[in-house]
Amino acid sequence: MQDPEITPELIASHGLKPDEYERILDIIGREPTFTELGIFSAMWNEHCSYKSSKKWLRTLPTTGPQVICGPGENAGVVDIGDNQAVVFKMESHNHPSYIEPYQGAATGVGGILRDVFTMGARPIAAMNSLSFGEVDHPKTKQLVHGVVEGVGGYGNSFGVPTVGGEVRFHPAYNGNCLVNAFAAGLADADKIFYSAASGVGMPVVYLGAKTGRDGVGGATMASAEFDDTIEEKRPTVQVGDPFTEKRLMEATLELMKTGAVISIQDMGAAGLTCSAVEMGDKGELGVRLDLEKVPCREEAMTAYEMMLSESQERMLMVLRPEKEAEARAVFDKWDLDFAIVGETIAEDRFLIMMNNETKADLPLSKLSSEAPEYDRPWVETPAAEPLADVPQIDPIDGLRALISSPNYAAKQWVYEQYDSTVMADSARGPGFGPGILRVHGTEKLLAFTSDVTPRYVKANPVEGGKQAVAEAYRNLTAVGATPLASTDNLNFGNPEKPEIMGQFVGAIQGIGAAVGALDMPIVSGNVSLYNETDGQGILPTPTIGAVGLIATGDDVIGSQVRDGHVALLVGETDGHLGQSALLAEVFNREDGDAPAVDLEAEKRNGDFIRNNRALITACTDLSDGGLALAAFELAEGSGVGVHLDDGNTPFLFGEDQARYLIACNFDQAEALMIAAGQAGVPITTVGRFTGDTVRFDGSEAPLEELSALYRGSFEATLG
Amino acid sequence: MKAAVVTFPGSNADRDLAVSFRDAGFDVTMVWHKDAALPEGVDIVGIPGGFSFGDYLRCGAIAAQSPITRAVKEHADRGGYVLGVCNGFQVLTETGLLPGALLRNSGLKFICRTVGLKVETSASVFTEGYNAGDVIDIPIAHHDGNYFADAETLEQLKAEDRIAFTYTDNPNGSLGDIAGILSANRRVLGMMPHPERAADTGHGGTDGAALFRALAGGLTLA
Repeated sequence: MQDPEITPELIASHGLKPDEYERILDIIGREPTFTELGIFSAMWNEHCSYKSSKKWLRTLPTTGPQVICGPGENAGVVDIGDNQAVVFKMESHNHPSYIEPYQGAATGVGGILRDVFTMGARPIAAMNSLSFGEVDHPKTKQLVHGVVEGVGGYGNSFGVPTVGGEVRFHPAYNGNCLVNAFAAGLADADKIFYSAASGVGMPVVYLGAKTGRDGVGGATMASAEFDDTIEEKRPTVQVGDPFTEKRLMEATLELMKTGAVISIQDMGAAGLTCSAVEMGDKGELGVRLDLEKVPCREEAMTAYEMMLSESQERMLMVLRPEKEAEARAVFDKWDLDFAIVGETIAEDRFLIMMNNETKADLPLSKLSSEAPEYDRPWVETPAAEPLADVPQIDPIDGLRALISSPNYAAKQWVYEQYDSTVMADSARGPGFGPGILRVHGTEKLLAFTSDVTPRYVKANPVEGGKQAVAEAYRNLTAVGATPLASTDNLNFGNPEKPEIMGQFVGAIQGIGAAVGALDMPIVSGNVSLYNETDGQGILPTPTIGAVGLIATGDDVIGSQVRDGHVALLVGETDGHLGQSALLAEVFNREDGDAPAVDLEAEKRNGDFIRNNRALITACTDLSDGGLALAAFELAEGSGVGVHLDDGNTPFLFGEDQARYLIACNFDQAEALMIAAGQAGVPITTVGRFTGDTVRFDGSEAPLEELSALYRGSFEATLG
Repeated sequence: MKAAVVTFPGSNADRDLAVSFRDAGFDVTMVWHKDAALPEGVDIVGIPGGFSFGDYLRCGAIAAQSPITRAVKEHADRGGYVLGVCNGFQVLTETGLLPGALLRNSGLKFICRTVGLKVETSASVFTEGYNAGDVIDIPIAHHDGNYFADAETLEQLKAEDRIAFTYTDNPNGSLGDIAGILSANRRVLGMMPHPERAADTGHGGTDGAALFRALAGGLTLA
């Protein structure tokens, strides 16, 4: 097949701007071949190059004594003691999931799992954060069903427990859903594998599944806005095969034990191109590939297609040549392809040959080092208008409105489609607070949470960015965990619009301040921009995934309250209703400022919970829906009623930060009051867990009735 | 006591099953699906949960043709013990070691939750740690756990007291609420729920542990 001529249209269809093409001409001093153009487009799109976000990502705190490896590798690596490390990352698969929900979500899970085991870690936990359009939008139900089945279909077969996540609905996601997948794995701290190649003349080995035409140009698609030609983009979505991924994981971990691996990189976005360039670039080496040796599952694939294919379940490795036979035997055992497809070379070249014909010959290091980087113009998000009056409402009516909304109703329809118990280490599955997993064979446990409140970020990117981190911190704290580190999955609209870039910059500032103050450095992450359809951007959604450590099972703070328990509220309550769940769900309003986040108070109150965990029988943090929703959820989960003394709307539904609700007996409550006084932590008795009704001051309803509403609403609306 | 746990390439609960056998006192060997023989002196074979060969077609259909499955069949034919959990149960029906088939859940969705199981018979080495009529809490996690058999087979299972467990609240449409069945010689048990995910205090309850304890004690008497 003849390569097409390089025309301005072809260049534009590769997502390259005219000045970016000029830069290519400057670098190579000639017109690129078709394959070369494809390679540049793959390396320089937003998704792979972070060209709009890099400048700001550099400002994030990423280090700490607990951090073994921060951003820049496939996943972050954090020390959990005893020469063990937790390896984790969160990544978006938004665009593919909107185009083809099942496969888009499935391969999103596959991609993040691969990132984790590429580092030498066995995946032990998955979570996902999903944002969909409004519930009655004609596309929403189909997307929810497809995405949830895709997440489950991949993770369940692979065999990793899905222990947490979020699902939200908002009209801003009508044309652009978000699928953010998180995975964490365990590795020996001294046996982490990295991507930097070393040594000249070392074999470059292709591992895993065969290459097909699926996903060609996927990363470029993911870096563009959507319009009505979206159906034409379906072929750019990859197809997942969890069975192959499972074998690839087992084979890769087995291979790593043989000592054969010099460096390894999974083939994700822009497949063979990105992985080969990454390994060469980090190792300051060139790479030569002979494409006729690449295992293909389709006939007559061109160099261009092979270099840009995003076929799943593939890896690239630089091999210690003396270990070849041993390495090959491992892949034979698992019936996976193992093919030497090239070698490392001393010159700074990315040399792509096919049947002795040169298809591309580029200066390898320049593909990353000379990638465009933009300091996009941005404007600060204007301060929110003050909150208009909010009328008092009957508090039980308010609660009913929240728990019957798919945003706040129980999500078991979703999470029961995910295997949350495989590996037999799940100490707490999904449904209430973070997922908790035992570190297999040890006393330790890890807690996992994923959080963001997009409407806060829209109203006030800085405070909203802080709040996402603070909520993650509180969720981990509420189960007794010490937060270790975070991963950020930054989903925004078109960065070429200064107001969108302003949201991004503000959110990064807030996240940076919060992870610094709360000692939860960002160790990995992903940026997803251009989440717009027909010019309408999503709510800015910087999802924070966070991991906490608990020394032993005895240190876990439970979630079961007993009849007679005192309800204690930790933290200051001002009754902040701006941008609250109540405002949105009851009054259909999104006005006012986001709640301010006092990071000192967060730290102090969080430390208080951890330091006094022995006195706390059950605990939850306060977030969306304030005290009312927290008290209901805690009571409902234990089948015990709750009576709160104050029925004032801002008191019950305000979303002030740095707060926790505790359940404990009277003696424990007394001891906690004394401890709080000494620590300077605000604490008040707000009511009791008792009986079989939910009573907020004079308003009351049977727990059973509310529970049925809470448990049934999601399925009734979307099932 | 010697147990062997089979690993198909897509098994994902093989470790979990091995841990439960080990905790109950078994000496456990992992066996690979390409192995043609079981290790010498194996008393019981565990066929674990997972997606043996991806299970894109009929669950367990390809696994039923593996070299190791032939060895497991010979072991069972000699009167050896076999425990198949989840995908393992599907493999056992595919090999014919147990009657019936496991269809797609009636709700057409994967279901992961802890369910109530009624112990229908204590007359087997697998269930003698319980009393008939006990209700135990055990997690399920499957897409194809809807047990089906023809009327004659169902009658026979009932008449021969071979229904080991039934669901107290049928989650998947299984005929007769069946969650697990025994072979005619009562030495092969297939069940969709995962007792190995409820076998120690740190995780999902302990109601499954009695099954493994009973096995560890019971096989010596057999």
